[in-house]
Formats: sequence, structure tokens, C-alpha cells
Amino acid sequence: MSKSNYSVIGKRVGNVDGVEKVTGGAKYTVDMVLPNMLHGKILRSPHPHARILNIDTRRAEQLPGVKIVLTAKDTLGRKNGIWRNFRDLCDEEILCREKVRYVGDAVAALAATDLETAEKALDLIDVEYELLPAAFDPLDALHDGMPHIHEDFERNMNVYRQIEWGDVEEAFSQCDHIREDTFYCSSQAHGCLEPHCALASFSHDGKLTVWTSTQSAYYTQLLLSDMTGLREGDIKVIKPHVGGGFGSKLSLDSAQYCAALLSMKLTRPVKIVLTRAEEFGATKRRTAIHYKVKLGAMKDGTLVARKVQAITEGGAYTAMGGTALYLTGFFSSFPYKFDHYQYDGFRVYTNNETASACRGFGAPQANFVSESQIDMMAEDLGIDPIELRIKNAITPNHEIPGQATIRSCELRQCLEAIDKWIKERGPLPPNHGIGVSAYGFMSGGIFNWIDTPYAFSSALVKINVDGKVDLFIGANEIGQGSNTTLSMICAEELGVRLEDITLHTGDTSVCPVDLGAWGSRQTLMSGNAVKMAALEAKKQLLEVAFHTLKPNVVYDLDIKDRRVHLAERPRRGISYFDVVKDAIRGKEGQAIIGRGHYTPHGKGMISPAYSFGVQAVEVKVDRQTGKVELKKIVTAHECGQVINPIGLEGQVEGASVMAAGWALTEELKSRNGKILNGDFRDYKMLLAEDVPEMILIEVDSYEPEGPYGAKEAGEGLTVPGAGAIANAVYNAVGVRITQMPLSAEKILQALEEKKRTQKEVDPFEAVA
Amino acid sequence: MERIISLRVNKEDYKVMVRPGESLLDVLRNRLGMTGTKECCNEGDCGACTVIMGGRAVNACLVLAVEAEGEEILTVEGLARGSALHPLQEAFIKCGGFQCGFCTPGMLMSAKALLDENIDPTEDEIRRGISGNLCRCTGYVKIIDSIKEAASVMRQGESDE
Repeated sequence: MSKSNYSVIGKRVGNVDGVEKVTGGAKYTVDMVLPNMLHGKILRSPHPHARILNIDTRRAEQLPGVKIVLTAKDTLGRKNGIWRNFRDLCDEEILCREKVRYVGDAVAALAATDLETAEKALDLIDVEYELLPAAFDPLDALHDGMPHIHEDFERNMNVYRQIEWGDVEEAFSQCDHIREDTFYCSSQAHGCLEPHCALASFSHDGKLTVWTSTQSAYYTQLLLSDMTGLREGDIKVIKPHVGGGFGSKLSLDSAQYCAALLSMKLTRPVKIVLTRAEEFGATKRRTAIHYKVKLGAMKDGTLVARKVQAITEGGAYTAMGGTALYLTGFFSSFPYKFDHYQYDGFRVYTNNETASACRGFGAPQANFVSESQIDMMAEDLGIDPIELRIKNAITPNHEIPGQATIRSCELRQCLEAIDKWIKERGPLPPNHGIGVSAYGFMSGGIFNWIDTPYAFSSALVKINVDGKVDLFIGANEIGQGSNTTLSMICAEELGVRLEDITLHTGDTSVCPVDLGAWGSRQTLMSGNAVKMAALEAKKQLLEVAFHTLKPNVVYDLDIKDRRVHLAERPRRGISYFDVVKDAIRGKEGQAIIGRGHYTPHGKGMISPAYSFGVQAVEVKVDRQTGKVELKKIVTAHECGQVINPIGLEGQVEGASVMAAGWALTEELKSRNGKILNGDFRDYKMLLAEDVPEMILIEVDSYEPEGPYGAKEAGEGLTVPGAGAIANAVYNAVGVRITQMPLSAEKILQALEEKKRTQKEVDPFEAVA
Repeated sequence: MERIISLRVNKEDYKVMVRPGESLLDVLRNRLGMTGTKECCNEGDCGACTVIMGGRAVNACLVLAVEAEGEEILTVEGLARGSALHPLQEAFIKCGGFQCGFCTPGMLMSAKALLDENIDPTEDEIRRGISGNLCRCTGYVKIIDSIKEAASVMRQGESDE
């Protein structure tokens, strides 16, 4: 179907949650209150590594208003983890029994009648610790003789992943030029404005309801079932509006678990909201990674082989860090065709806050490294960096052995569009530079860590007698716009208007299962499920309309803008509303129901589809201070058929700024495992004043696996920013920063170093 | 000691019992049930709790409730007139000026304070006007567009009157 024929998708419509969100009516978990509700707080370890010798809760329990204090002895003693098939990687007790492994590990939880009392009571819990030696740097923690953070993991080696195709060593011996470089990617806080929080209510009939800020209500339900011993069906997870996730709200968190546990013991509602300091210090964060990368090429710019070694800073627990480890390996080959590739990744436990999923999931780190090195290689070979990229870019239907088949890919067009923009920009003022980075990202992961037998996404459509459509989805809106996108897909497929759709979402007891918001999966996976459900319902209407319209059998029927008509002769038709009434009468008064589901099959190891793009960033570097000023961010990208243009642009812009913040100013500083800048004053996320002009160039593409040809758009633009900025800084002032972040201090130091070495060289040049 | 104070919020008068250390934010959210104003950092760093007090945008978490006595306070709940949305609210929906929506109430109130002072701000003035408000989702581009759009609609409205 040509694009102009769509009546809902591709249109600039307002977000379906818009009115609620701009009037203050939208309710988030932090806004929730229940009658008879108690306030919970969590006592956290001040030590990075210590044995718990004794916990005395008596003084806290005696404080008037305190209802209960719980420690590990009050739990089932199970360990939490999202890789439920690998029990040794389920390593987080949440309430620690024998040891604490980072500053922030939870040791006790309590509930009191008001927040002040709860806070006061925390100081009255006496914990006796035996301090243990700790390891903070993964490069140290790997050595023999370093403290064991988890007893069964020798040398603190948590996960090892290898990816390999071709023969890199043999290939390197044939290359004209080889580079070997080391890089470091720093961590990043998710920075959700709504903190992690949960309100749990356990009733006398043995059922638990949890309102919580989560990226996957279904994962929360399953993991709570693991940890509490309740059956899945006895746990109802309700996800109200969510104030941001960015990867942080995917694992079971301490607020969810402790609120549930406290409520189960007391049979009263208990609410826990993490403080901003807990957000920074006691949740999860982006994985910091050390890389060693060897790249071999021919004189003409053909990239031949790449070998990547990565040591990732895991922190105290596994969480979803194993996936970041794998994906950084996979995406280190992107977005180029390598005949020979080898990746060895090591995830190492340390006594720091756990590194886990964070928007981009390992790909931004891979891209900073690989795209910095591509520019370095281009300079070595004397080839234009964009030309080098075009020469090696992934093209449609490219197969990555044993990993993936890439079907749609318009990377070349994106590179050409950026090349054109740069040429039109013309000569730059002094100390300005433009850097480029090319990227690709997945449209949902083919990862079933959680081990569910359900489809990855499901949807249910119910058409009522007034023509209104109830759409039930388990997909998780967290701000990315999936409620709007999925409503648009439903309306388009059924041939009704957006206002005809009533969305039912965020309640595991009502909505069909969906794995939730991660890995940029919902447009493609949940979208396919919604489209299938709508089509099934639509077919039931068309059967009824067929009897009324009685078309020649060679004609198809379709529905468009509430009218059922002959596809080839749109003027011959009848009202959708009349057909709905007839159809319901024909079903003995039952509403029309369509069901849909999607699980990727035969799509390799990673994802059913990939989006691609190129970002150019223009910066100005102040030689006196080292400060980088963003001047322009230009993105040419392709994401298949655009469903929700305003939502798409918002994703691109927001992700680009999050990436720029990570590259430049967002550095989580810690000493002996304690975060030193755990607040928004000292942890510098970019402000409106820091954000430059943004230009988006949409390149057309069509992904056969996606609904209407759509694919990823949620995380991809966190990927290229850091590499593009590093390349821009180099082009502006000639210093190559390989260790993130690109702080003013580091750039100034590099500029001074450069000046010094240049001065030393000068006299010899004069003699020559 | 708790005491009763009079607060005027969104043109309605309330009598509330407060503790001396209680912030305006606590009172709005926990005593008056106006949860539109968001609690995020509680330290004045993020702007999510911005309300307008005496014509100025303030962080409600940094204002003691007792200091707000006698002041005219406007929160996001008071922005619309009946069922008619304020031009800023209309523009945020039209231009996509929010995603998760958590910063939105504060952002709207900062923008309103800005436009109340200057109905025709430059882009730089808009950026400065909302630089006390963090947003992790949007990258600010569409928020700035929304404020520009609202300003234009409001100027049109003024010239029509």
C-alpha cells in the first residue's frame, strides 16, 4: 500500500495521553495513596564489601509508629535475577543475608505510619559489619588474590561471551594497515525524573497488588512471584503513568520487593519511594567498559578484520549486564561488513553499584570505540571518512554469520545525505569541527532470559456495539509514545479513527502478556500483535458486510475511515457502525473479538530487524577552557514506515541529547564505591541552554518484518552521539580523546600535551 | 508545633494544618491532594515542582508552606479554564512537548511565568526560562517549539481583543 493511502499512521497526531499529562491529571505511582497506607524505608549498607555479623532491629521496632522491621531472615532466601534459566546468574538477594557487596546494598526494610518516623527508625537499626577488602576497578578485580565478591566466581569473572566469524589472525596478516587502540567508556545514570517506587497491597485473601513504575509489568509480576513464592496469578501488577525508564526499571528493584514483603507481613498497603540519593547510588547504571580494538584494512579502504576485547565493569550483581556484554560485542562490528570478526567480552564483578541495561544497551559504548577508530583509520589511509564508511557499509539482505540477517538497510543513503549536508555547510569558523558516526540498532531482542512460554507480545481487540474499540495491550508506555503508536496501528488496520480506540493497558490481570519496553521492541513486536488482533476482528466485520454488499467474488472488501467498501470501488460501501451492529447481532449479542500475538522466529540471535543512521555533530571547542559547545546535531536515519512522526522525532531528539550528555558532562564520580555526585546539582544532565539546533533527515525504508514496514526508533540515537562528538573535537582542535567522558579538563590537558610535543618537534623541523 | 495556615491555590482558599518545616510541595501533594505538581529531587535542582507564587516561578520544594501564606499560588491544576486548555497546554500536545510527562507540570509553569513577563521571547530567552527544569526524555527541542507556538497563539489572542 502506498504511504498516501494511510489514513491514521504517518499523521502528526497528538499523543493519546496528552490531555492527562498537561493538566496534571496523569497519575504516577509516586502520586498513589491508599487508605490505611504505611510508608516504607530501606536501610542500606554504608560499606562497599562487608560481612553482616548481626542486625539488631529492637530499638527501631520500639519507636512509636514503626509497624515492622524486616531483614533477610524474614525472606524465602531466594536470589533474584532476570536470567531465570541460569540460576547462578540470579545473584541478588535484595535483602542481604551474609554479605553486602556495594554501598547501597539493602540490609533491612521497615514500615511506619508516616515517612518521618520511618526515616528516624532507620537510624535505630544496629548492624554489625566485618569490613572486607573490596575491589572497585574491574582490571584489578580480575587478578588472583583480589577479594571474592561472589564465592563461586573465580577471579570475579561473572560472564564471558564470545562472538566470532571468519579468521581474524589470518586476515590481519593479509592487511595493508592495522591499528590497535584502547578506549574507555564511562558509566551513566539513567536519570529518570520519577524515582523507583512501589505501592503494594496484600489482602487477607492472599492476593498481592503492586502499583509500580516499571518498564515491564509482566517481568515485575514474574520476578515478584519468584521472590515471594506467590503464584503469578495471585500477583497483580498495575503500571500507572511512568516517569521515565531508560533501562533502569526492568529488573525487580528494592522498592518493589520490599514494599511487597512488608505488605505481605502486615496485610496493609505499604508505599516505598526511593530518594534521589538512592536513585543515583542504589539502583543500576550504564555499563562502563574498557576496550582493546584491532582493526585491519586494505590501502583502498576495504575493512577486512576487527578484533575486540572488552572488560566490562559489572558492579555487585549480574542484573541485565550479561546482555549489555553480548550486545556491545555484536554492535562493535556495526554498521560495516567484516568478513572476519572476533569479540571476547568479560564481565567482572566489582564492589560498585550494578551496571545493567541503559538506553542503547551496550551499543553506544561499542559505537564510541568503533567510530572513533574508523576516523583514525581513514586518516591513516588518507581516505575521506564518509567515503570509507560508504565503501564498507552494511547493505540490504546482509548476513552476519551465526548472528543475524539484516533485511532492510538504507545506511548508504543516510551517509550520502550527511555528506551532502556537510558539503553545503561549507568552511567552518576556527575551533569548530564536524564529526560523523554511523550506527545501527535492533528492533527488539530475541532474548527470552525470563523464560516465558507466552508470545513476546500479545494484543486483544474488542469491538463494541457503538463502534468503539477496546484495545488491550500488555505493552508498557513509559513516555516513549507506545500508547499512541499502538492505538494508531489499531485504528489504521480496523479502518476507524484514533478517537474510536479506548486503550486498556498497564494491568497484568486484564492485559495480555507483553515483555515490555526494552530493546526498542514495542513498535515492531507489540505493533505486529496489535495489527494481527485488529485484522482478526476486521475479518469478522467483513464477513458480515459481504452479505450486505454482495460484491462479485473477485472484489475485496476494506474498511477506511469508518466505512466498509469494495477495495477497488470505494464508492460502493456501507457504514462501519451498521456493520458492527449486524455482526454483533449475528454473534448472538457477543462483542467482536480479535486476538493477535508476535514472537520472532528464524530471525537469528539478536533481533528481527535493524534501523540505521548517521549523525553529524558540529562542535566548538574553547582552547582556553577545553569546554565543548554543541553547535548543531544533524541526523539522517531510517526506521521503516513512520507510524507516529511526532513521537519519532521526540525519540531521536531526546536520545541524541542523552548521548551528548553521556559523552560530555555526565560522569558518575565515586570514591571507594561511594557515589560522590549523587544529585542533579553535581551530576550534570544537559539543560535546554546546552542543546543545539537539531536537523532530522528522514530516509525512506521499508522493513518487511515490521507492522506496515516499521522498525526501531527508540534507542538508536543514543548510539552515535559520543563517537560523533569525539570525532568533531578531533576535527576542531586536533586532540583525540579515547577515554570518556570528553570533559573540559581532559580536553584541556590533551591540548596542553599537544602544544608541548609540538614545541619539542619545532627546532628539528627548522633545521630540516 | 503544627499550626493552621491559609493558602490560596488556583483561586481557591484553603485552611491547612502544617508543621513548621513542611514545604509548599508537601502541602500541595500530601495535604491538598494536588499531585499534578511533581516531587523529583526535593532539593531545588530539577524544577519538576515549579509553581507560580506571587507571579514568579518557584520550586515548591524550597518554599516553606508558612511562607506561602497570603500568596497567590498557581499550580498546573489551575492552568486550564474549565474544560478549555491554556494555550501552553494546547501547544505542548500539538508540538509533542512531553514524553513521560513527569517534568511537564513544572515545565508548563516555568513557561507560563516566562510568557507572563514577555509574550514574545526569543529562542534564547525561552531556553534560559526553562533552564531550571530538567527533562530526560525530549531533549528540550519540542518543549521549546511548544512554548514558541503558545506565545504566538497568545499574541494572536491579545491582538484580537
